[in-house]
Amino acid sequence: MTSIRPAPEHLLARHLRQRIADGAFLLVTRAAAALTLLVLLGIILSLVVGASESIQKFGFGFLVSSEWNPPKEQFGALVPIYGTIATSLIALAIAVPVSFGIAVFLTELSPVWMRRPLGIAIELLAAIPSIVYGMWGLMVFAPFFAQYIQPSLSAVFGPIPLFGRLFQGAPLGVGILAAGVILAIMIIPFIAAVMRDVFSVTPVLLKESAYGLGCTTWEVVSRIVLPHTRIGVFGGIMLGLGRALGETMAVTFVIGNTNFLSGLSLYAPGTSITSTLANEFGEATPGIYTSALIELGLILFAITFAVLVCSRLLLLRLAPRDAA
Amino acid sequence: MMTLARRRKLTNIVAMTLSMLAMLFGFVWLIWILATVLKLGIPGVSLELFTKMTPPPGAEGGGLLNAIAGSGVLVGIATLVGAPIGILAGIYLAEYGRGTWVAAATRFINEILLSAPSIVVGLFVYGLVVSRSGNFSGWAGALALALILVPVVLSTTDNMLKLVPNSLREAAFALGATRQTVIIRVSMRAARAGVVTGVLLGLARIAGETAPLLFTALSNQFWSLDLGQPVANLPVTIFRFAMSPFEAWQHLAWAGVLLITISILVLNVISRVVLREGGGH
Repeated sequence: MTSIRPAPEHLLARHLRQRIADGAFLLVTRAAAALTLLVLLGIILSLVVGASESIQKFGFGFLVSSEWNPPKEQFGALVPIYGTIATSLIALAIAVPVSFGIAVFLTELSPVWMRRPLGIAIELLAAIPSIVYGMWGLMVFAPFFAQYIQPSLSAVFGPIPLFGRLFQGAPLGVGILAAGVILAIMIIPFIAAVMRDVFSVTPVLLKESAYGLGCTTWEVVSRIVLPHTRIGVFGGIMLGLGRALGETMAVTFVIGNTNFLSGLSLYAPGTSITSTLANEFGEATPGIYTSALIELGLILFAITFAVLVCSRLLLLRLAPRDAA
Repeated sequence: MMTLARRRKLTNIVAMTLSMLAMLFGFVWLIWILATVLKLGIPGVSLELFTKMTPPPGAEGGGLLNAIAGSGVLVGIATLVGAPIGILAGIYLAEYGRGTWVAAATRFINEILLSAPSIVVGLFVYGLVVSRSGNFSGWAGALALALILVPVVLSTTDNMLKLVPNSLREAAFALGATRQTVIIRVSMRAARAGVVTGVLLGLARIAGETAPLLFTALSNQFWSLDLGQPVANLPVTIFRFAMSPFEAWQHLAWAGVLLITISILVLNVISRVVLREGGGH
């Protein structure tokens, strides 16, 4: 050691320090990134382990049984699964056309100076926490819905055979339909924002050419923009669906929270996977009851995971084109 | 020919009118919700809201002091834990992991976690912490919130670093800077405003999260900042008070909703301003 001259030793030590710091920094950032993977694996693992007791006891029957009876320790997930899917589909049926209209307005119709403020307003709507939607839904929207909207829906659709059955029953306000409408209001900003973003990816050249040929705005949107961006549009819709399926508070407030399937009517109160969890998990006794609730969570995660993977894959397929 | 032209024109007018109606439809809800929150929330705002504890059932008066403080502590800890992890992971993806499949896969998983149901995160933390320790605790609540914050910060950091021009990095490398120096002194400095925006947006996201706190931090009637015990927090308190039959509780719930909505909207606006000011350099 003494044979090394002082100056190089000083530089060498500094170089070594830098290399160690460099390596350490790489390790730390890599560990942080690996955590993402670990969290996903952890979520899946903990749900499967937590649900194993219920999976072993009820097996496949859990998915098709509508009996949810904590005192008798009989659990079936049909009613919550139905509630989750029904409310989400209602939400999509309302939100998709509205979001499409908003995206068309923001990209084609609106004066340029209005686009930014309107876009920001839509994004702020997406930032409002779901508990606000839930409370507003329960205290303001549900009474209004029961008094004005539900009777007119019954009057219009009620007489239609079969389909009309969906709109019959006592107008309570709270119920599956109301939850679907609140969810629609919640996911409109998400879908509209994605649609606006993918619409603006359409090459201006294509649109100008179509306008040059004398196309109307609607023709440009329906024949040029939509075919060009349909994958992204579909991805945005799936993203909204993922949000709707996993939403908890907005649904819990307005769905009515009953574990019975009482006919086809969408006016009937029901329950969803998320609202069952929110209402019952805190007071569930350990053992099979808790395990059944965790299995509900596992089912929810599996459904949303599949939907979100589809959505991301679709949006990714669009990405290289917009980078090019 | 006339009829075709007229039909096309008519279709266009109908479609564009519907588009405008859709825009209007979207805004009616925003205005209606905000107006309701203001109308029902403002009467509940008083000095007592910030100085008194949550009242027992049926009692008059009282405030939300313990819930506000508890929420502040939970969100604060979650940010202190989650933001650095998200930033570091974002650095890895954008700086070290360029073009590698590991980074692409991590990015993909992160996007999924970003929209995963928050109630499932609550279940995960319940299984990880609460069921082992045997009681609901503030730590568990803070952990659940941190897990929700990380993907938001990660994704923003990643995107903002990707916007930094490579010529800046190359210039620094050419001067002999090490990778770490380039990242910290050059890339991160250039992307600073964007990263701060990500943290603010993450804060806004977790400030109103209710579902993941239901089975983790639970809530508490009393003043409690002991993180080993259930901690009072604003969202769960609002949920319980809003669902209750007591009028005094419902008034407090609306005041709480007003507080949360305003703070989240303010956070969002600030983050936009930061991005704009910082991006202009």
